[in-house]
Amino acid sequence: MTEKNLVTAIRDTLHDEMAADDRIVLIGQDVGARGGVFKVSEGFMTEFGEQRVVDAPLAESGIVGVAIGMALHGLLPIAEIEFADFIHPAFDQILSEASRMRYRTNGDWGCPLVIRAPCGGGIHGALYHSQSIEAFYSHIPGVKVVMPSTPADAAGLLHTAIADPDPVLFLEHKKCYRLIKGDVPDAPQTTPIGLADVKREGTDLTVVSYGYELHRCLDAAARLEEDEGIHAEVVDVRTLAPLDMETILASVRKTARAMVVYEDNRTYGAGAEIAATIAERAMFDLDAPIVRIGGPDIPAMPFAAALEHYYMEPEPDHIFVGMRDLAHF
Amino acid sequence: MEDLTAGAAPPASGIDPGRIELYRLMARLRAFEKRAYDLFLQNLVKGTSHLGLGQEAIAAAYGVAMRADDYTFCTYRGHDHTLARGVPMAPVMAELLGREGGLMGGKGGSMHLTSVAHGMMGSYAIVGAHLPIAAGAAWSAQVRGSGQVAVCFFGDGATNIGAFHEALNLAAVWRLPVVFVCENNLYMEYTPIEAVTAVKHPAADRASAYGLESILVDGNDADAMLDVARSTIGRARDGEGPSLVEAVTYRHGGHSRADPAKYRPESEVQEWFARDPVLLYRTALEAAGAPTELFTAIEADADREVDEATEIATASPRPSVSIIDRDVWSDGGSAWRN
Repeated sequence: MTEKNLVTAIRDTLHDEMAADDRIVLIGQDVGARGGVFKVSEGFMTEFGEQRVVDAPLAESGIVGVAIGMALHGLLPIAEIEFADFIHPAFDQILSEASRMRYRTNGDWGCPLVIRAPCGGGIHGALYHSQSIEAFYSHIPGVKVVMPSTPADAAGLLHTAIADPDPVLFLEHKKCYRLIKGDVPDAPQTTPIGLADVKREGTDLTVVSYGYELHRCLDAAARLEEDEGIHAEVVDVRTLAPLDMETILASVRKTARAMVVYEDNRTYGAGAEIAATIAERAMFDLDAPIVRIGGPDIPAMPFAAALEHYYMEPEPDHIFVGMRDLAHF
Repeated sequence: MEDLTAGAAPPASGIDPGRIELYRLMARLRAFEKRAYDLFLQNLVKGTSHLGLGQEAIAAAYGVAMRADDYTFCTYRGHDHTLARGVPMAPVMAELLGREGGLMGGKGGSMHLTSVAHGMMGSYAIVGAHLPIAAGAAWSAQVRGSGQVAVCFFGDGATNIGAFHEALNLAAVWRLPVVFVCENNLYMEYTPIEAVTAVKHPAADRASAYGLESILVDGNDADAMLDVARSTIGRARDGEGPSLVEAVTYRHGGHSRADPAKYRPESEVQEWFARDPVLLYRTALEAAGAPTELFTAIEADADREVDEATEIATASPRPSVSIIDRDVWSDGGSAWRN
C-alpha cells in the first residue's frame, strides 16, 4: 500500500499499464511533450515513444474518431480530452459510432476504447472548465461511464477500463485530483465496472453519490453520527453506466430512507434514474419520500466565488441538513 | 476474397487482365444495383436506399487495386463498395430486404453494410464521421507494420464538414497509409455542391491546405480510376503518406429512392448518361480488341449471380426479434448490469 492522491493514482496506473502492454496508445492534446495539463502523462513520451504517446491536434472529434479506428484494429487507445467540457464535438463519434460498432456487426467488432476526461467544478473553472457530463453519456447503451472517487478505485477502475472490450468513458473529478488521498495497493487491482461500493455503513438512511459530492456526503455522515447519533450509509455509485442498482436497493431496503446527491444539473441527471428505480423497485420498503439533491438548473457553473459557492452549496450545510431531515421524516 | 477474374469466358489476349477484371466487377455492381432498384419498385425494400448507379468505376477500381486485408470505409451509398471487396451478393441483398440471412442479420439495412471478414469496415450514414476512423485504422496499420492501407470514400457534401478537415490534417501530419476518395457527383443531396462550396473542386482544391497533391480524376473513366487507385494505394503502402482524390462522377438516379432528381437540368443528365462508365469502358475494351462474346458472357454471369442472390435473399426469413438486444456489450447481451 502507498498513500497517493487521486491524480497520482491515475498517473501510476496509466504508466504501469502502458509498460505492461505495448498495444496501449495514449492520444490527446498536449499529452506528449507537455505531459498533459494535469501532468498525468509527464515523461511518458520519452519513455514509451511518439508512436504510443501522441500529441494530437486540438480537434476532439478527430481525436476520438482516430482512437475508434485504432481500437477497431488491434490497439488499445486511451484518448484524453483535456477538459470534459470540450468533449462535445466528439459526442457524435461516441454516440453514433463507438457505441454501435459491436451491435451493428453482431459482435464481429468491438471498440476497446477508453476516453479520459477531467470533469466537475468547484475549482474556479467557470463556464467552460467545470461541467458535469455524465448524464449525456450514461444515456447511451453501448458506452460504459465510470467515475471513481478514491485513489484506490481510480487505479482499480482504470485497470479494468483498459482491459474492457467495450468503450469506457472514464471521468475524473478535478477537485478530487489533489484533495483526495488514500492508500492504493502496489500491485494492479481489478475493480469491477458496474459495481457500486458501500463507502460507509449505516442503518438509518442511504445516501447515494459519486465524484466529489461523495466526499461531502461522507463528511456530513461523520458529523451526523457525532452530533446526532444518526447512522447514514453512503453508497459510492462508481459506475454510472451500467448502474449497479442491486447494491443501492439492498442498502435502501435496509435503511428505508433514500437520498441521491450529485453535482450535475438536477433535472434529467443521474439522480433521476437512481431515484426512479428506487421508487419502482423499493417503494414499499421506504418510510419517507426519496430526496434528490442536484446542482441548480443553470447552463453552466459561474465564475465569481460567491456564485460558484452557491452552485456547490445553495444553503449552508445543505447535504448535512438534507440527511438530518430525511432521518427525522 | 473470391477470384473476380474467374468467369465463363476467357479474357481477350493482349489486354491487361486487370482491366477485364475491373469491367467484370463494374458489370456485377451495375446488375446488382438495377436489381436493388427493381426490388424497391416491388416494395420489397422498406425504408430508404442510395444507389451507386453511374458511379461504379470508382468503387470497382479501388476494389481491384486493393489487397485482401486492406480496409474500406464508405458511405450510406455503399452497396458497390461492399461488393467490390468480395462480399457475396446474397447477404447484401438480404440485408437490403431486412432478412435474417442479411449481412448484419437485418440490423443495418442498405445504409450500414459492414463485413469485417472482408475488410469492409462499414458504411457510415453520419456524413464525415468515418474519415477520422479510417485515419485511426491507418494509424493502427502503421504502428503494427502490417502494410495495410485504409481507403475511405465519401461524397462531395462531406468536404464541408469539420471531420473532413480534422481527418485530412491528422493523416497528413502523421503520414498515415490512408487514401481519401471524394466521389463528387455534383450534388450534396438536392443542392448543387458548387452553390455551397467556396472552391470549384471541393476536395482537389483543398488538398494543398494539407500539403497534399491535388488529384482530380474523371470518375467515369475506369482506366483513369484504376491508375489513380493503384498509384494512391501504392504510395500509402510504401510509406509515402495519404492521398486525397477527387473523382468526378454523376448518379443516374436521385439522392435516394424518394428523390426523382428533378432539380438537375435535363441536358446535364443526358450528357452524363452518354458518359455512363460501364458503357464507356465496354467501348474502350472493345476498341482494344476484346471480343463481344466476352461481354455477353460477363453480363450473363452477372445476371445469373444477381438472380441467385435475389432468390436466396427473398427466401430468407424475417429476423427473430430475439436479436434486438444482442451484442450491445462484449458478453453478447444488453444487460444493464455486468
